[in-house]
Amino acid sequence: MANLLELKNVSKVYSRGLINTKATIALQDISLTLRENEPTILTVAGESGSGKTTLAMLLLGFTTPTTGQIIYRGKNITTLHGKQRMAFRREVQAVFQDPFAVFNPFYTVDHLLTVPIRRFKLAKSRADARNRMDEALTAVGLRPEDVLGRFPHQLSGGQRQRINVARALLLKPRLLIADEPVSMVDASLRANILETLRNLQRDHGVSIIYITHDLTTAYHISKSIIVLYRGAVMEAGDIDTVIKSPRHPYTQLLVDSIPWPNLEKRWGVQPIKARDSGASTEGCRFRSRCPMAMEICKTPPPLFRIDAHHTASCYLYAEQPQVAPDHLSELLPA
Amino acid sequence: MMSEVLSDRPTTSRTSALSARPSGPEPVLRVQNLEVTYYTDAGRAKALDDVSFTLSAGEKLGMVGESGSGKSTLALAMMRMIKPPGRIEAGRVIVGDTDLTGLDDDAMRKARLSKIAYIPQGAMNSLNPVMRIGAQMVDAVKSHMNGESRSSIGDRCAHALKSVDLDASVFRMYAHELSGGMKQRVCIAIGILLNPQVIIADEPTSALDVVTQRQVMETIDRVQKEINAAVILIGHDMGLMAQFVDKVAVMYAGRLVEVSTVREMFTDPKHPYARALISSLPNLDNKGVFQGIPGLAPSLLRLPTGCAFHPRCTHAMDICGTTRPEVRMLASGRVVTCHLFNEEA
Repeated sequence: MANLLELKNVSKVYSRGLINTKATIALQDISLTLRENEPTILTVAGESGSGKTTLAMLLLGFTTPTTGQIIYRGKNITTLHGKQRMAFRREVQAVFQDPFAVFNPFYTVDHLLTVPIRRFKLAKSRADARNRMDEALTAVGLRPEDVLGRFPHQLSGGQRQRINVARALLLKPRLLIADEPVSMVDASLRANILETLRNLQRDHGVSIIYITHDLTTAYHISKSIIVLYRGAVMEAGDIDTVIKSPRHPYTQLLVDSIPWPNLEKRWGVQPIKARDSGASTEGCRFRSRCPMAMEICKTPPPLFRIDAHHTASCYLYAEQPQVAPDHLSELLPA
Repeated sequence: MMSEVLSDRPTTSRTSALSARPSGPEPVLRVQNLEVTYYTDAGRAKALDDVSFTLSAGEKLGMVGESGSGKSTLALAMMRMIKPPGRIEAGRVIVGDTDLTGLDDDAMRKARLSKIAYIPQGAMNSLNPVMRIGAQMVDAVKSHMNGESRSSIGDRCAHALKSVDLDASVFRMYAHELSGGMKQRVCIAIGILLNPQVIIADEPTSALDVVTQRQVMETIDRVQKEINAAVILIGHDMGLMAQFVDKVAVMYAGRLVEVSTVREMFTDPKHPYARALISSLPNLDNKGVFQGIPGLAPSLLRLPTGCAFHPRCTHAMDICGTTRPEVRMLASGRVVTCHLFNEEA
C-alpha cells in the first residue's frame, strides 16, 4: 500500500552563536509512516520544548530537516516544485493554536475562505464558490449566514477556530496538522471542535496529526500517540494502553499530572523534579528528572517493545525485544 | 464619596441570607451585591450583576465560566482595578473588617498586596523585563512598609522565594532567564510577600503544560496553607477545580448561577448550565463522546430577557423567558439562581 507521508530518520538541530556555536537538538531521529488509505488520528504529545511544533513546521515544509527526509506520496517535500508543490500545499493543511492571530482584522472572514478557492481554482463560478463555502461551514457546525460577511472580532474564539477547520476542509486535504487547536478555546467549546476534527477523519478520510500537551483531549480523539520529550520519542503506541498504563517514567509523570475532573482520581504524589535546562543531551534525555535513573541511562536508550501496540524508550524494559526506530509506526494502530 | 453612597444602600435580606451561610468560622472575605458596568459606545454592558459570596480563611473557591462571563471583571473589581469605561456601580468587598470599597485611593493601594493579592493570568507579561526579580520584589515591600530595614526586606523576599520552591539566585535574575512556570511562581512569591488574607489567582496556569501546571498549583496550595489565606481560583478548567478547590462558583453572563462545594458540584450539579458544564467534561470512561453546550454565550450588550441562559437551556420554562430568577439558597446551603428550584428554597 502506498504511503501518504513518510518521515525517514528526521532530525532538526537549531544552532546559535557564531563562534561558540551551541546546538539545540529539537528533534532527534524520528521515523514515522502514515498510510494512504487508512485515515487515522495520531497524537504527538509533550511539554513545551519537546519538539512538537518543530515537527509541525517540518511536516508543513516551513523548515527543512537537518538530516533525514520527509517523503509525501513518494516525493521529498523539500524538492517539490510547480504543480506538485501546489498540490502538496493544498493537500496538507494546518490548524494553528491561536484562533485570534490567524485572521487579518481588516477583512471579513469570507476572505480566509475565498482566497484559497481562487488560488487553487476550486470553483467554476461565484455561485459554486459560495456553495463550497456553505458546505464547508455547515460541515463544521456553523451556519453560513451567521459567520459570512462578519469581521473576526465579531466572532467567538470557538467560531473562529471552526472557520479555520472549515478552510482546511474546503481544500479537501489528505493530511491535517492540528497544532494545539483547542488550547485557547473555552472548555465548553472544545468538545465541538474535537468532534469536528473526528468527523473530518471519519467521514472525509483525512488523516490528522494532533499536536498537543493535553492528554485528555488526545485520549478522546486519537487512535495512537507518540510522546516526545526534548526531541526524542519516549513512548508510543495505542492511545488507550499508553494513557491507562503508561510505562515510561516521563509518560507516567504526564498522566499523573492530568487534572481529571474526578474527585476520586487525585493528582499523583510523586514529587516533580525541576527541569534542568543545562542537562546534557547524552543518554536518556529524561535522566536528570527521572526518579528511576540508573547508571546505564547515560547511554541513549533504544525503543523496547512492550506489546504489539506499545513501545517505550527506557532501560526499565531492557529485557524486552528492541524496536528499530524506523519501525516505530508498525506499532501504531491505524 | 463612594462609601457614603454605598453605606446608604439598604442591605437586602438576600445578602444577609447568603452571608449567614453555615460555613464555620467568621468569613475573611465578604462580597456583597457587587455590580460592574462597562459604558461602551454600543451601550451599557453589565459585566457583574449582583454578585455576593463569602469565604473563610483557608478556604479555596473556584470561579468558573466561559470567556466573557465576568470572571476576570470580578477579580479586578475586588482589587478595585476596574478602569473606565468600566465602573463599580454598587456593592461592597469586605476583607477581614475593612471595607475595600470605602477606602480612598492611597489606602486602597496599601491594601492591595497586604490584604488582597492578585496573581495575574499571563505571568510572562506581568514582570518587568528590565528590572531584576529582586528589585521588583523589594519595590513591592517598600511601597507598603515604610522604614523597614534592608535586611528584613531581604529576609522577607528570600522567604517568599523559598516558599514557592525557587532558588535564592532567582533574586538576582531577569524575567527572560526564567521558564514560564518559574515566572508564574515569581508572581506567586510577590503575591504572598505581605501575607495577604485573600489571594486571587486569575487562570494562573493557562499558558503552562500539565506538569508545570501541577507544580504551580501545588505551590499555591502550599503557600496558601502556610499563611492561611483564602484563595479564589479563576479558570474554566473543571479538572483543575476538582483537584484544587473546596467550593465552586459558576458564573454566567455576569451572575453567579450556582455556588456549591466541589463534591456537590461534581456529583449533583443543580443549575442546568452547571450540569451541562459537568457533562461536557472529558473523562476516562466516556471515550469519544463529545458533549458540548449548544449555542453561544450571550453578548452582555444584548442579554436575553428573563434568565440569560434560557435560550440555551434544555429545561427552559415559560417563566424563564420573562422573569429573572433570584439568587436563592437551598436548604442544603447551596446557592442556585434558577426557577427550577423556586420551591426548594
